Parts: sequence; C-alpha cells; structure tokens
Amino acid sequence: MKPSIPAQETMTSGHVACQGCGSTISMRYALKGLGTNTVVVMPACCWTILAGAAPQSSLGVPILHSPFAAAAATACGVKAGLEAKGDKETQVMAWAGDGGTFDIGIQALSGAAERDEDIIYVCYDNEAYMNTGIQRSSATPAGAWTTTTPAQGGSPRPKKDLDAILRAHAIPYLATATPAYAEDMVRKFAKARRIRGFRFIHIYAPCPPGWKYDPGLTIELSRLSVQTGIFPLYEVEDGRLKINVPTPKRKPVGDFLRPQARFKRLSPEDEAAIQRETDRRWQALSQGS
Amino acid sequence: MRKVLMGNHCAAVAAALAKVDVVSAYPITPQTQSVELLAEMEASGRFKGRFMRVESEHSAMAELLGAATAGARTFTSTSSQGLAYMHELLHWVSGARLPVVMVEVNRALAAPWNLWADQTDSLSQRDTGWMQFYCSDNQEILDTVLLAYRIAEQAAIPAMVVFDGFVLSHTYEAVDVPAQEDVDRFLPPYQPRQQLDVKRPLAFGSLTGPRDYIRLRRRLDGDLRRSIELVERAGREFERIFGRRYGLWEEYRCEDAEALLVASGAPGSTAKEAVDALRARGRRAGLLRLRAFRPFPAEALRRFVKAQTPLAVVDRNCSPGTGGIFFQEIKAALYPHPAPPPVYGFIAGLGGGDITQELLEEIWLEAADKRAEPGAARVEPVWMEDPR
Repeated sequence: MKPSIPAQETMTSGHVACQGCGSTISMRYALKGLGTNTVVVMPACCWTILAGAAPQSSLGVPILHSPFAAAAATACGVKAGLEAKGDKETQVMAWAGDGGTFDIGIQALSGAAERDEDIIYVCYDNEAYMNTGIQRSSATPAGAWTTTTPAQGGSPRPKKDLDAILRAHAIPYLATATPAYAEDMVRKFAKARRIRGFRFIHIYAPCPPGWKYDPGLTIELSRLSVQTGIFPLYEVEDGRLKINVPTPKRKPVGDFLRPQARFKRLSPEDEAAIQRETDRRWQALSQGS
Repeated sequence: MRKVLMGNHCAAVAAALAKVDVVSAYPITPQTQSVELLAEMEASGRFKGRFMRVESEHSAMAELLGAATAGARTFTSTSSQGLAYMHELLHWVSGARLPVVMVEVNRALAAPWNLWADQTDSLSQRDTGWMQFYCSDNQEILDTVLLAYRIAEQAAIPAMVVFDGFVLSHTYEAVDVPAQEDVDRFLPPYQPRQQLDVKRPLAFGSLTGPRDYIRLRRRLDGDLRRSIELVERAGREFERIFGRRYGLWEEYRCEDAEALLVASGAPGSTAKEAVDALRARGRRAGLLRLRAFRPFPAEALRRFVKAQTPLAVVDRNCSPGTGGIFFQEIKAALYPHPAPPPVYGFIAGLGGGDITQELLEEIWLEAADKRAEPGAARVEPVWMEDPR
C-alpha cells in the first residue's frame, strides 16, 4: 500500500517544542510536502527556539533567521540570491507566526505578495504572541484571554481577516490548513511547490499553553476548528476558491471554544455572537467570496 | 573613459562595474538617482543583476541579508530616515558577517524636515559594525564603491560609502570611468565562506548563548580593527591598476603646518582651497582629510599628530549633549598620548548649511591662534552658525 503522506522525515525528534504543539506537527507535514530542496526563513517566533540553538538544528534543510518584521523580504532576497547564483529550483519558505505576519511583518508581506515574488509564505497562526508568553496579536479572536487582555471579556476586537487581505493582492495561490487534516496539508504544500509566484499558506496551529487546554486535545481542537467553521479549509488558485472540507452540518462553535480555558469567561451571549460571526463568514465563503 | 556624472550616478555606475548580483532599494531624496540609473541600466541590459523594488528600506536591507546569505554580491543606497529605518538590519548584516555594500548620501534627520547634507545619519550608525568611508568628490565615490567591495569581501564586514547630499549627489563632475576588464582584475567574483545550500543544510543566525556570543563580537571587533591593513592594501592595489591612490586619510600640505584642519566629505575638498589661501597669506595651514571612519585609524593618528600642531576638527554632524562626532573620536584616539596636540571642535553646516572656504579659514585661524594651552583639548564645541 502506498502511504498517502511521504515517509521521509526532514524534522528531527528531540526539539524543544511544548507537548501538543500544533506548529511543530505542521512543520513536519510542510517539509513532507515541499521536500528537502527548500530553504526556510524564520523571523522571531516560537520556531526561533524550536529550530534549535546553535550549533544544533531540528531541520534537515538550511535555515536563515531574520528580524521580526522582515520574514517576507528576507525570503525574497534569498530567492533572488539563489537565482543569481544559478539555482532556479530551490523553494524558499518564510515560516512566521501570527505576530510576525498579521502585525509587525504585514508591510513586508504585502510588498512581497503585491510583487508576486516567487516564495512560499506560511503563517502558523496560534492566535497570540506565544513565544513571549501569550500577548494579544491582531490574530487573537474576540473574547480570548491573553496576558495583555486580562480584563473581563478578553480580547475586545474580532480576529483580523488576513486571508481576505492576501486575496486582495491577486496572488496565484492561497490555502488554509490545520494539522488534523494531514493529507490536505501535505497536498497543499506539494501543490504550492509546483506553482510559481507568491504562495500563502495559513496554518491554524493549536497551542496548549496559550489556549489553555490538555495537550492531548491538539488534533481534536484542530479538527473541531474546521467542523465548526471557525477555520474553514479552502484554497484559492488564481482567484478561484474551492472549499476542501465541506461541512454541511457544522457543529456549534461551543464545541471548539469550551475545552479551551482562554475562553472560559465567555458568556452565553458572547458565544452566540461568535456563532453569528462564524455563520456570516461561512456564508460568505460558501458563496465564493 | 571620461564622463560627466553626478555623484549619485557614480555610485550606480560603480555598482554595475562591480557586477552586483542583487540590488534592492527604496527611493529617498537625495539618493534617488543612484537607483533610478540602476533601474535604467537593468532595463537596457547594461546592468545584468536583479533589481528589486521594495516597499521600504527595512525590506531593502532584509532582502540583501537573504541574497548575501545565498552567496550574492549585493548593493543598495539610502539616506537619512531610510538609513535610520534600516538600523535593525545594519546590526543583523554585520553580525552575520555579510559584505553588503551600501551608498549612504548624507542628509539631516527630522524633526524638523530637512533634505540637505548632514553626517549625523551615517555617524549615528557608528556602532552597527559597518565600515564607513567618506568621499570628497565624484571620482572618489565611484572608486570607493569598488574599493568597498574588495575590502568588505576580504574582511567579511559590510561597508558604507558616504557622501554629501546635493553637494556631491547632485553635482556633475568629470569622472574617469574605468574599463570593465580593469575592474574585473581588481575585483574578483565574490566567494562566500559559507552560504545557504540545500546540499549542506546549515542554520544561519540561530539562538546563541553568552559564551559564543561574546566570542563572535570580539572577533568582529578585532576584524574591523585589522581591516585597516586591508584598506591600505586595497588602496595600493587600486593605484597599481587605476593610477589613483586612496588611503585611510589624505594629507594636504601638512609637513610644516602650524595647525591642521581635520575635515571629511565635500568640505574636505573645499578645505584644500582654504589651506592654499591661508598659505598665500603667509600662514602655514594644512589639512587632514579623513576617509575611513570605521575602521578608525587611531594608531596611525597617534603617530601622526605633533604636540605643537593643533587640530581644528570640522563636524557637519552633532551628537546632542556631546558635540561633533569626529571631534570625539579623535580625542578618544589620542588618549593616552604622551604629548597630545590641542584639539578644537567646530560644528558647521548642519542641515545643509554651506561650509565655505572663508568659514574654513576662520576655523583654522581660531585653532591656530588660540594655541595658548598646549596639551589641552577643548571640551565644548564651537558652533559656527551662518551669519547671513
């Protein structure tokens, strides 16, 4: 039987990620999809640590660490430098958290996307500044507790719709992925590898210490994020949107929210508001926008 | 070939002659024509490298970080606010030991807005671990870009080629543009010591503890000091091929001087006129025109100065609270010294004020005729405001 996911491991064991880290599982799958002909650029994020302190490395591909705001630009430079030296094939992947993407890195990200630079930009989104210890980012959803939104009710604003911003740049490929759907994720990276131009992959990466849940539930929460419509899986190729995991009977958002202590202060009204917003977004998405 | 070029064009022509692989740049006055000309040269096929039009200076330098780590020869140019915006990346690139070369056209920093020449932008990047070379005319700009690549790549330390906004950037002068084959002889292709390579997967810039971090900084500090030798060697080699000599500084009529002007950038060129005029009036004036600010030629300066010859340091820059930056550096270089000369600091021409021949004569006279206290350096700078 041919396995549906490549057996090759480009990430080592023995890294220092937290138990149940969604971004770690995602990196493993990403590299299975991309293969070893890949250079990874990392701004400040959890992966600055997880990639290994010098002289160790948890990845079997070259890594270039970059300043926080500069992941996309640094990756563009690597691609240009490789091409100048005659290497047209190596894929360059920027691998950034939500802080480095939604917030401080969005200028360089927008510039690279707008110019259709030939890189893959991945945001592993765990919905806060987790490496510095759970501070709110513009990816933090409404109502989530963080150390910088400690008051009753949590984060006051809805999560920024970054995918809509990226789609407005008319890039050749955008996809969402989450570790519970491993084959879908690996397929999307393998597909992205075959496309030229700016490719954006948004990974929803559950974070046990930041979301405050039992590390054993990472895959379950990842799956529930899709089944509830909180994080729909889709891809947009040259402007055409395709939903990859249809969920005709979506589960109530409470199934996803309640196992996470970051949402423990949500009132029934708050939860109803999140349900309405999720329904609205799902409706828009299923109409192709 | 003789051509009439503005300073900014000299920078672009030199980058093309250096066969730069990747240019990444963002427009800012008064640097803009250097990247415009490179874009034109790319469009017409005279520049074979990749020209990247980024959305900010921060991204411009980040792209060069990526491209240089991939083994490419890289170039950018900027000024003032753009340089300040790059600041984070300047540390990153020198820490990564990447020989990026950047043209930096001096312009005052806001607030308030000001577009004109002032060295505080480049000098406030003193501690970023970059080499800095100051040019006094357009030929020197072109030549120094070529020299900078050679020195930077040998030292594995990035280099800034600095000149005055408008005074040089927008002024046309006759320039000898060297032949490509001569440049190729002077500047062999860049051979990085390490680079991004999927066949040899290394991690660059990984988290490093104090034990290794201090060693890396010590190595950079030592290599930047020792690059003085590389600067001098490159200057000799340059002279052998092109017939023009560049060292750490230029001495002009210094031998028997009563006092020396110490200047950099375009005023270093005007200062020669001031020296000649003073000599014509029977005063023994001389000039020390500084080129290398990093590496700073402290040891050579200690050997060069004489107790009875005061120095009049002209600074078109200011570190608020402490005065002119060249003034401070020179005083620091002369301590300890068994018999130091008096050192006087003069701040002039901030924000693009003219530093005229007459002003420089006045500065020299001030230093030469106030030599009452040998060995004493003045602490307070003298502010030379434009009386007009």
